[in-house]
This record gives sequence, C-alpha cells and structure tokens, in this order.
Amino acid sequence: MVRRLLKDFRWGVLPVPGRVIAIIFFVALFVIPLIMDHPYYLRMFMYANLFVIFAVSWDLLSGYTGQVNFGHALFFGVAGYGSALLYKYFGWQPAQTVPIAVLGATLLGVVTCFPALRLRGSYLALYTLALPIMLLGVVISLRDITGGEYGIRLLPGLAATATGEYYVCLLVMIASVLIMWKLTDAGSKYVRTGLIFHAIREDEIAARASGINTIRYKILAFAIGGLFAAIAGALYPHVRGTIGPSSLSLTTSFLAVIWTIFGGIVSIYGPIVGVYTLYPLVYLSLDVKQFFVKAIAGVHSAPLAGFLRVMQTLAERPYLVLAVIVILVLLFMPEGLAVRIRDKIETECPRCKLTNAAWRRECRACGASLR
Amino acid sequence: MSPELVIIYSLVNGGVYALLSVGFSLIFGVGRVLNLSHAGFLMLASYSMYFFTRQQGLGIIESIAITVPAITLLGLLIYKLLIDRIREHPTAVLLVTIALLLIFEQVLFMSFGGNPGSTDLFVPGYSVIFGIKVINQYLLILGVVAVAITVTQLLLTKTKLGITIRAVANDAEVANLMGISVSKTLLITTGIATALAAVAGVVMAPIWPLTPGMWGSPMLMMMVIVILGGLGSIKGSIIGAFIIGFIQILVVALLPGGGYLNLTFVLLAMVIVLIVRPEGLFGTVFEEEKL
Repeated sequence: MVRRLLKDFRWGVLPVPGRVIAIIFFVALFVIPLIMDHPYYLRMFMYANLFVIFAVSWDLLSGYTGQVNFGHALFFGVAGYGSALLYKYFGWQPAQTVPIAVLGATLLGVVTCFPALRLRGSYLALYTLALPIMLLGVVISLRDITGGEYGIRLLPGLAATATGEYYVCLLVMIASVLIMWKLTDAGSKYVRTGLIFHAIREDEIAARASGINTIRYKILAFAIGGLFAAIAGALYPHVRGTIGPSSLSLTTSFLAVIWTIFGGIVSIYGPIVGVYTLYPLVYLSLDVKQFFVKAIAGVHSAPLAGFLRVMQTLAERPYLVLAVIVILVLLFMPEGLAVRIRDKIETECPRCKLTNAAWRRECRACGASLR
Repeated sequence: MSPELVIIYSLVNGGVYALLSVGFSLIFGVGRVLNLSHAGFLMLASYSMYFFTRQQGLGIIESIAITVPAITLLGLLIYKLLIDRIREHPTAVLLVTIALLLIFEQVLFMSFGGNPGSTDLFVPGYSVIFGIKVINQYLLILGVVAVAITVTQLLLTKTKLGITIRAVANDAEVANLMGISVSKTLLITTGIATALAAVAGVVMAPIWPLTPGMWGSPMLMMMVIVILGGLGSIKGSIIGAFIIGFIQILVVALLPGGGYLNLTFVLLAMVIVLIVRPEGLFGTVFEEEKL
C-alpha cells in the first residue's frame, strides 16, 4: 500500500508541475500554524478555506452542470442562521447544530430549486438570485428572532484554540474538495456523475436522448452543491463568532462567482486559486495601508511619496482593486488565471492524452513528440 | 397612506422603473447582453446632477444638458471598450457589469463621501389634484416618463431605425443578411437605453437620497421587471414596471415593517410568475429553446 502510494507519487505526481504545486500548497497549509500562530492571520486562512468550499460547490453546480446559480448565498446563509439559531434557542454545541443546519439548508435548497428545473440560462440565474434576497427581507423584519441587522452574536467556536479551529476548517476543506473533485471527474471509472454533469452542461437534450434522466441529475447537482455550500455556511458563523444578514446578501452570492471565474470555471483548482488570490487582498488591505503609511513617513522624495499615497488610497478601497482585477482578467484571460497558468506549464500528449510538463520534448509514457 | 397617494407613488415608482427596464430589455433583446451596469448609469446621472447643481452652481437646465449626453457617452464608451469584447460569454458579461457597478460605487464614495444628500427640487411647491397634495416634482416625473416612453415607442415602431432595431432583436443573423450592421445597431440601442437610464436618474435626483450603494435596489427591480414581463419584450417591461411599482408601494403602505419586506414580496411575485409562466408575461419561447 505504502509502496504503491510512493510509486504513484514518483511517477504520477512529480513529473507534472501542476500536481507538484498542489501538493506543496496543501503541505504548506498544514505547516502554517506551526510557524505562525497570530490569530488574526490564522483567521484569514480559516475564512479562505471555508470560502474555498463555497466557491468549489458553486463551480460544481454552475460550472460543471451549467445550472447558473446566482443565489448560492441561500445555502450559505440558511445553514449559518440555522446553526446560530439552534445554539441561541436550545444551547446546543456546534457538533450538533452544524450537521442539523447543513441537512436543513440542503433540503430547503433542493425544495426551492424544484421550480428552477424548468428554467434555463438567464431566467434561472435571476430566479436563483431572488431567493436569498427574499429571505434577507424576512430575516431583517423578524428582528426579535434573528436579531435584525445586528444578527446573532457570541456564538461558540469550533475548538478550544485558534490552531484547533484552523485544523478543523482545513480538514473539512480538504475532505469536501476531494469529494467534489471525484464527483466531477469525467474520466472516473467508479462514479458516473462527472460525465453526466458535463453532458447536461454541453447539451441537455442530447443527454436526455442518451437515456439519462437529466431532471434527477440536476436535482442531484443542486443537492451536492447546496450540501457543501451549507457546510461552509454552517461553520462560518462559529469561526467568526457572529452571523449577520450579510451572509445572505447579493455580495456573498457574487463573491463565489467572482472567485470561481477569476481562477477558472469548470476546474476544481480554479476556485481554490481564485479564493487564495483575491480573499487575502481584501482581508489584508488594512495591513497594506499601514505599510504604505509607514513608507510615506520614511520617504523624502516628493514623486515617490505621491506614488505611495496613491497606493495607500487604493489599499483603502480593496473592492475597487478587486473589481478592476476582475475586469482585466476577464478581458485578457477569459478562461481564468489558474487555467491560463496550467496551460503554460503543462501540455497534453497528443497520442496517449497523458499530462506532461510543458518543457518536455517527448511524452513521459509513450515517447511521442510533444512539439 | 390614502389610496390616491398609493396610486400617485406607484405611478412615479413604476414610471422610473419603466424607463430603466425598457433600456435594459432593449439591450438584451438586441444583443442578448444582460447589462447589469445599466442601473449604475442611473446612479451616475443622479450624482452628476448633484455635482453640477450643488457643487458647481449651474442651473438645472444646463446641468441636464450636460448630464444626459455625458452619461450616454460614458455608456457607449464602456459598451465599446468592455462589454462588446466579451459579448459571446454571458457569465463574463454579468461579472464585468457587476464589477463596473462596484467601481462606480467606490469611485463615487471616494469623490463624494458616504451620504452627500439630495439635489433641490426642479420645481418647488405642490399642486392639489382630486383633493390630495402632490409635490410638483412628482408631476414632472410623470410627465417626463410619459414623454420618454411615448418617444421610445414611436421611435421603435415608426422610424427606419426602430424597424432595424426590432429586426436585429427578432433574428440577428437574418437581419445581418438583409444588410443591417448588427454591431452598429447594437451600439445605437445601447446609446438610447443609456440615455433613458440617465433621464430616470436626472428626474429622481431630488427624490432618492444619494448614496454610493443606491444602484442595488434599482438593479434588482430592473431584473425582476424584465423577468416578469418577459426578457426582451418592451411592452412587458413597461407593464411589469408598473405592476412592480404598485406592489412595492402597497406593501410599504399596508404591512408593518413593509420597508424591509417590499423586496421580498416583489421577488415573490417574480418567482410565482416564473413558476406559472417561465417565459414571463409577454415573453416568447422559441421551439428550439424548449425543454
């Protein structure tokens, strides 16, 4: 068993740069709390890990299956509020409230998505967009139960220490991403869903003609995407300590879309790259601003200080920078950042379809020329 | 609120939404582009009125004369430079237009702060109609809306340009074969639509409080209306706008906490229409798009 894993690692991972980067990335995530235990920065990674689950689940539903859902915050917010309300009224701990909230949110999501099965394209996008906003109005108006705009505060954490919470988030993230990766793998021998999701996206009528019950698989896609979004949503208030109406807002729904499309839609690593590039940008904007403030105080030449002042203003407006980056990426690499980088460092062998490093001359398995 | 007031308010509300969603619907019909930043031009027009009347001390007529062409030009530039290049990718268009809205919001926040206030009423005072007091600005808005919608309707039905636009909306490929330049028609349509949004923003500048986030509610309403009326249908968006305007005011007038719940009820109306009639009230389904 160990020998087989080592062999896989030697021949399946090391020759492919993308897989090496992925392994280094995940190992780094495990090591981070050992070398840095500042809770403020650990928290950034916890949020980022939860948002990775959220973005990948959106990608599974909207990217792979093509059911464009602009209201993914529905699952996220309902699970978050569910878990918080169970704590508030019954005093249960996260270990009990999170699974119940996840199941509840998934069920609610699937039920409300039944009308969505008749809709396609823009109509579907706008229908799904409406759902969390409708709920948002209800949440704010029922302020006795949900706390209105202030939300529910003082929620219990997932573990006693920040490091413990970090590892809970990390392990949940890795497990969720692995499961979703396997479920969407079109070449898998064991799970058919990946291939069928691709077929539904490409041509639903053709998929039906091939004897696939597309309705059942679309519901399944909604259920899987909703389940994982709900997992992220149920853990989020416990990491943060509070939950407010922002978890159901338009911004939350759109952030999943922005992260995924920025990194590369219809790929599991795309949303991961998207979240880990764009989320720190917003989270660390205060630190960056402080850095520029200090730099301006230390600089004496006028033009340099002017430039630094512009940078400081930009650091104060992270969403402006985010929006400009999104526009530039979509204009110049519409396939997404991660996919573009992958195409630069990897090529597919024309004969045996095996992935090779871009700088190799021949395929590593069959020896066919790659040029 | 008295019933007469509800009617006046919903007419004003619906009228402004109609100006906005007719433009949105036109762009979608002609170019299959869901241009969400359309609501941003309404906000920019309101801010531009504030800038010229309050900060530059210009008169109202001069400010309008600068604002409407300037916003239209900006809309055309953004269309040509950004949206036109990615027209083939619907999700990319949605994202870019959302990003544009965020940029508008941040830039306005940087230049005007969080809560600059409103502009002065164009026509002060009120009139008494059927025994209720209505401020003159509302009458002005109703007049402007009526004129703008009539002109657009006449333009679309009676002129050669209108026939061109409708031809492209019906079938872009065949229109292209008949010698119509689709991209040029699309540009002109975008211009008309942005001008309508700018007019809506100008007349609403004294009514709505100006905030950098004020695009949110009109954008949602605009989307709800075109879904309700049927994407791409002009008649549908006008009727949908008045239905939605009426529902919104009615909820605020009747329910306690209606200020928070009006959006919920408006969206509920949309969801019900979508479930009962997925193509909207006046929309058409093409055989090949049916499932």
